[in-house]
Amino acid sequence: MTYTVSELLAVSASRLLEDRRIVFAGVGTPLLASVLAQTTHAPNLTIVLEGGVIGPEMAPGRLPISTNEMRAARRGMLLPSITQIFLYAQRGFYDYGFLGGAQVDPYGNVNTSFIGPPDRPRVRLPGSGGACDIISHCREILIVTTHERRRFVERVDFVTSPGHLDGPGGRRRAGLLFGRVTKVVTNLALMSFDPATERMRLDALQPGVGLDDVRDHTGFELPATGDVPHLPPPGERDLAILRTLDPERTFLG
Amino acid sequence: MSGASFVEARRRVESKDRSRRDKRMPVERAAELVRDGDHIAIGGCLYSRTPWVTLRELLRQRRRDLTLSRNLLCYEGELFMVAGAARGIVTSWAGIGLPWGLSRIVREFVESGRVHFDEWSHLALGLRYRAAAMGIPFLPTLSMLGSDLLARAGARTMICPFTGERLCLVPALFPDVALLHVHRADPFGNAQIDGYPHMDADLAVAAATVIVSAEEIVDPEDLRRHADRTIIPFFAVDAVIEAPYGAYPHECYGLYEADLAHIDAYARGVASGGADAVHRYLDDYVYGPETFDAYLERFGLSRLLERRRAAQELSR
Repeated sequence: MTYTVSELLAVSASRLLEDRRIVFAGVGTPLLASVLAQTTHAPNLTIVLEGGVIGPEMAPGRLPISTNEMRAARRGMLLPSITQIFLYAQRGFYDYGFLGGAQVDPYGNVNTSFIGPPDRPRVRLPGSGGACDIISHCREILIVTTHERRRFVERVDFVTSPGHLDGPGGRRRAGLLFGRVTKVVTNLALMSFDPATERMRLDALQPGVGLDDVRDHTGFELPATGDVPHLPPPGERDLAILRTLDPERTFLG
Repeated sequence: MSGASFVEARRRVESKDRSRRDKRMPVERAAELVRDGDHIAIGGCLYSRTPWVTLRELLRQRRRDLTLSRNLLCYEGELFMVAGAARGIVTSWAGIGLPWGLSRIVREFVESGRVHFDEWSHLALGLRYRAAAMGIPFLPTLSMLGSDLLARAGARTMICPFTGERLCLVPALFPDVALLHVHRADPFGNAQIDGYPHMDADLAVAAATVIVSAEEIVDPEDLRRHADRTIIPFFAVDAVIEAPYGAYPHECYGLYEADLAHIDAYARGVASGGADAVHRYLDDYVYGPETFDAYLERFGLSRLLERRRAAQELSR
């Protein structure tokens, strides 16, 4: 069975979402993963989107491109202001938050602001949006992105969104009392963070991927203990659901 | 905005005409309330309820040295940069939308230092407007702590005097002018928004001057019957513009979906042609059409109606 990187990411991420939870999702892969989870094992998962909607239900073939357009609000239960959507997060109501990023470091710090020095950037990226807020307030953060060496760097050029910062106690010292980055999902692997060092470690490999593939595509040391298992491939039903949701393949690639 | 600005902002509210009067006027006159150098806060979010009718007129009147703030800045920011109308942006994110990748124009103007990009987290910017809407100089939050945004943006931290925990403080942002596009308003400026409220209600009371454009101007009696739905009070509003399709080609919740084909064509044009493509767009859609009606005619009636049908289908 063949599938694209986006399909693989959406399926892998969806499997991490438990039923009856509340997920702060973005458009693209996070939304596909959340809707897939709702359709399969998590019918009571509630989606929250940044533009200001709680509990929307997506229409197949009419996925939103942005979280603040009316497609994203379809059948929503509440349409709070954007500030209020984030204040619910700060109050502690959301279980999961999704993040992507141009750069991710071993502590799960994420950069979506600058490549190069901030005062003379080589690339000015679009900025935080809600990423910094999501990583600061949601209970468990899932980073979902493609696995590239230039993306997985030892030190991000700029901390837009604080992961574990410089390791144990880092978030606490900064005043971040709640939430943490728990998983990193890529097209090559599933990773988590060693509680002792709060650095990224390898948990599992995607189907057909070898340990060396992952290490070649990672700009920092990525420890693993024992035999690293492989994740099951996306199922036929998973792919059928995703392809029904996004028939024009705007997000599936 | 200086630390003392909340005092000055209060004085500006006290000194403006807050009377309940007919504030309807053509967009040409409303736009004259905006001065060169002003900080303009833009309502809506990305390509939703963007006040295009008023933004277009500011470009036509060749305002200069503006600072634009918006929660998520769409390509209206690019038009102001290329037109030489903006010297700075205050936002959490600047681009067009996910499928279109990085904005070539934002990159060019910000990387070369021609435009200053003042980045805040989305909530932090919302709380800056909220603090201003409350008439106070700052608000505390747990956002931006530990990030490099905190110091770069000029936020501060303090130890909470009650709990001993560290907090991030964000300064109130008092815009000179807020531009808001709403579903309906009465001639006094009382206004209602359907669907997403975004941050408009805070902008309306944070800004010194407020220009409201509305899809429909209604009798004040109509609003009194549904007063619970009115989120913008007349005393904050200085100008009311009647503007059906006033957010087009962006969406107005429930009334018309965004013209994504148009946005896509713009984005592709800019991706290949850079600032030249934006200049052509300005000629075609801003400087060329003399009235907003003439501007809408560029898109064509069938397109406008088709986008309306799409919105109605979604609302079912």
